[in-house]
Amino acid sequence: MLPDSRGHFGIYGGKFVPETLMPALSELEEVYSKAKTDPAFKEEVEYYLKKYVGRPTPLYFAERLTKHLKGARIYLKREDLCHTGAHKINNTIGQAILTRRMGKHRVIAETGAGQHGVATATVAAMFGLECEIYMGTEDMARQSLNVFRMRLLGAKVTPVDNGSRTLKDAINEAMRDWTTHVRTTHYILGSVLGAHPYPMIIRDFQSVIGREAREQIVEAEGRLPDCLIACVGGGSNAIGLFYSFIGDSLVKMVGVEAGGLGIKTGKHAARFATGSVGIFQGTKTFLLQDKEGQIRVTHSVSAGLDYSAVGPEHSYYKDSKRIEYTSVTDKEALKAFSFLSEIEGIVPALESAHAIAYTMKLAPSLSKDRVIIVNLSGRGDKDVQHVAEILGSR
Amino acid sequence: MGRIQTTFEKLRAQKKKALISYIMAGDPDLPTTEALISTIEQAGGDILELGVPFSDPLADGPAIQRASERALKSGTTLRKVMALVKRLRKEDSSIPIIVMTYYNIIFQYGLDRFSKDAISSGIDGVIIPDLPPEEASEFISQSRTSGLDTIFLLAPTSTEDRIKTIVSSATGFIYYVSMTGITGARLNNVLEIKGKVSEIRGYTDLPIAVGFGISREDEANKIAKWADGVIIGSTLVKLIEANRGKRLLLPRVTKFIRSMKEAVG
Repeated sequence: MLPDSRGHFGIYGGKFVPETLMPALSELEEVYSKAKTDPAFKEEVEYYLKKYVGRPTPLYFAERLTKHLKGARIYLKREDLCHTGAHKINNTIGQAILTRRMGKHRVIAETGAGQHGVATATVAAMFGLECEIYMGTEDMARQSLNVFRMRLLGAKVTPVDNGSRTLKDAINEAMRDWTTHVRTTHYILGSVLGAHPYPMIIRDFQSVIGREAREQIVEAEGRLPDCLIACVGGGSNAIGLFYSFIGDSLVKMVGVEAGGLGIKTGKHAARFATGSVGIFQGTKTFLLQDKEGQIRVTHSVSAGLDYSAVGPEHSYYKDSKRIEYTSVTDKEALKAFSFLSEIEGIVPALESAHAIAYTMKLAPSLSKDRVIIVNLSGRGDKDVQHVAEILGSR
Repeated sequence: MGRIQTTFEKLRAQKKKALISYIMAGDPDLPTTEALISTIEQAGGDILELGVPFSDPLADGPAIQRASERALKSGTTLRKVMALVKRLRKEDSSIPIIVMTYYNIIFQYGLDRFSKDAISSGIDGVIIPDLPPEEASEFISQSRTSGLDTIFLLAPTSTEDRIKTIVSSATGFIYYVSMTGITGARLNNVLEIKGKVSEIRGYTDLPIAVGFGISREDEANKIAKWADGVIIGSTLVKLIEANRGKRLLLPRVTKFIRSMKEAVG
């Protein structure tokens, strides 16, 4: 069973945080392990996932996309149809219930693309929790719609104007807030990152994606898929889809990182392409860093993938070769963004467009009896304005 | 016996307390840091904490974040900081020097090389705020072999179990974090510190120094009555920030250290 009792996935993971936070991590671990075996907790999470989030999400056969690519049969796991428009809420529902069980009344979160911030603000509103979201000013500019949505939901959105002004800086600031208000506040981390028990808890909450997909594909095709594809920023939507299939050695899994302007330009967020092992924001994992250990600034057209580290469990599966990692460029992702919109009437999030872009490369090389599931982790409404600006400027 | 232990024992014999001063190496540049260390030592600073900059200092408040940015801009690396300490030791500087940085900097340098190179440069101890003892077994054993002190932090939130684990992993002294917060935040409840320091004393004979948020002489004075040392960080870093590049930098730092030393006793 991974992680081990100290939160390690092989040599990765662990707890690397200031002492002030260590007791809070232990408390979270304890409350979660009790909740996990409590039927009332499971029931409560399932209730909200069904009635509030709208689960199960459909597994949609993308017939026109399949025909066009002339290869494998492509299914889309429609996480974009979740309430708030992305998979992020699967995790925030669970963590909000844990917050109440810990007797805390305030939640904080970081956000990159804004989807996790919106999902946190949403559950905070629904459960009556005070909420503050940290967001880099660079990301606020490219995701202004989500900033407004969070404020509309009653959250305080605090701009983070230091460092690269993106996700990693928002996490630093959220950690500083948590260190200061740890006695009353729960930090709802949004991806399978950070110190133990976060990568485990978030994976468990997101694994509903794969559990549903497994049942749905067996119902549709009478068998398991040949390949799963998902984008990887921190890696929560990917691990969410993959986790239920990890033991099925015939199911291939591909995580798609942000190739930015191209790996050779150095302006990307493909940690597995040129990164190395280090310790960052609570965990030991693959990072983009210089030889002194300073964290490198990343680039991606997609705010949700624009991050210097990857979840520790992904590093473990990279080493064990259970999951294959690749990347696509901004340009390829933008092309997929438009293409899926035109051919299926589905506007994907720019993050998910990375998974679609890789699918467009892979599917034609596979025979027509092969089956692919792509995690469509979020919808692209939030990106429309940003993409219009990029395409308009060309 | 290392310089840190010697210093605390000497002070204890004189019924005095330690003033521990934190500055960021390379802020605004390494020659200034070298001059600052000599100035602090001559002005009566007992122990020096030398920050090595990291791009993402998540335990630090705005003052030290800005200092890190300036230090990175001036090209400061762990290697250069070690060379600087080595030079100072050749000039007969004897103030105990503790390096404070984030774990990734030391991990990339290499744990085995780090403890050897640190000791041979004349560094006496290390504080790594994002490395709890649970993850530090290799770091501790390498440091023990080389004779480098491993200073760990305790916080107001530390439970009895954690206090026991941490004091058993620490050498040199215990760094008690005065409040739940980041460096340079405001200290509201000085009395709370008294209780926790005496609780920690029940588990260790190591000296206990208190840091985070101590900016005024009266605070330092009060805390020094309960603790063995007082750590001054952000306030000194801000003073350096405001006077950097000015001729008055060293005289002002001298004046500040003298008055703080007087307050600490």
